[in-house]
Amino acid sequence: MQHQLNPHQWVAAHADYLYGFAITRINDDELARDLVQDTFLAALQKTAGFQGKSSERTWLTAILKNKIIDVYRKKSSGLQNITEKEVEDEQNDFFNADDGHWTKSSGPKEFGIEDSDKLVSKEFEQIMKRCLQKLPALWMSVFTMKHIDEEPTETICTELKVSQANFWVIIHRAKVNLRACLQRNWI
Amino acid sequence: MPATKLDLNIKTMSYLKKVIYNCKQATFLIEKKSIGKITFRESFELRVHLLGCSFCRIYKKQSRIINQMVQELFRSSMHQDYKLDENFKNELQGRIEDELNKN
Repeated sequence: MQHQLNPHQWVAAHADYLYGFAITRINDDELARDLVQDTFLAALQKTAGFQGKSSERTWLTAILKNKIIDVYRKKSSGLQNITEKEVEDEQNDFFNADDGHWTKSSGPKEFGIEDSDKLVSKEFEQIMKRCLQKLPALWMSVFTMKHIDEEPTETICTELKVSQANFWVIIHRAKVNLRACLQRNWI
Repeated sequence: MPATKLDLNIKTMSYLKKVIYNCKQATFLIEKKSIGKITFRESFELRVHLLGCSFCRIYKKQSRIINQMVQELFRSSMHQDYKLDENFKNELQGRIEDELNKN
């Protein structure tokens, strides 16, 4: 089936969806609105390239995704130097510099949720949200693209201009920091 | 050659010691393995490490749970009803119509 574009209905049909997509990924209301608007305006320029293979919504979402990656890229190049340095110092608090063993205070302890399949409490979820927001922009972007959008590693590296080696370092640090933040605030 | 054998044993011991103590490397491999591939040697080292390290065994479980939780958080927040206000929408559709009329 060939899909059609109908720009007269775009806002009514897709604006809320695109807004939700953007705000869950960038957590900034004003910026999310701007991105929705930019997406529609950019889409109007590209209508000739629409081949009808994907639905209108999928096509619009792909345009929005690229806009979000631009935001990630800008955020991470501006903030990267300061925040990454800070969290790197923090990393030395997690592992001994000489042998790489957990430092005394940072060894993982059970959260009490490891083995059960039952739902995690609202309180834990709130802590998780706050801890996620503390991650540096570049780490958050890599983490989101990998775990939420399930993009291939190569794509993420190309889009965000990080090397494969750095990609793994970023993923590792993000997780170690996130986990430590949960432990500090939960236990 | 006894000397060489001893030498080899010392080398092996110090190699294993490094593997056993290095939680930084072990947690790195846990992350890499969970979304990518690790080599045969890395997989061996990780297994040896986890046998002796209860901290990293906890880390491994928690790492997996964190991934699931983050995914669920995003999914449930995507299903929340995000609504733009009507004014914004009307203006936006207006801008789209303007652009359409230009062509």
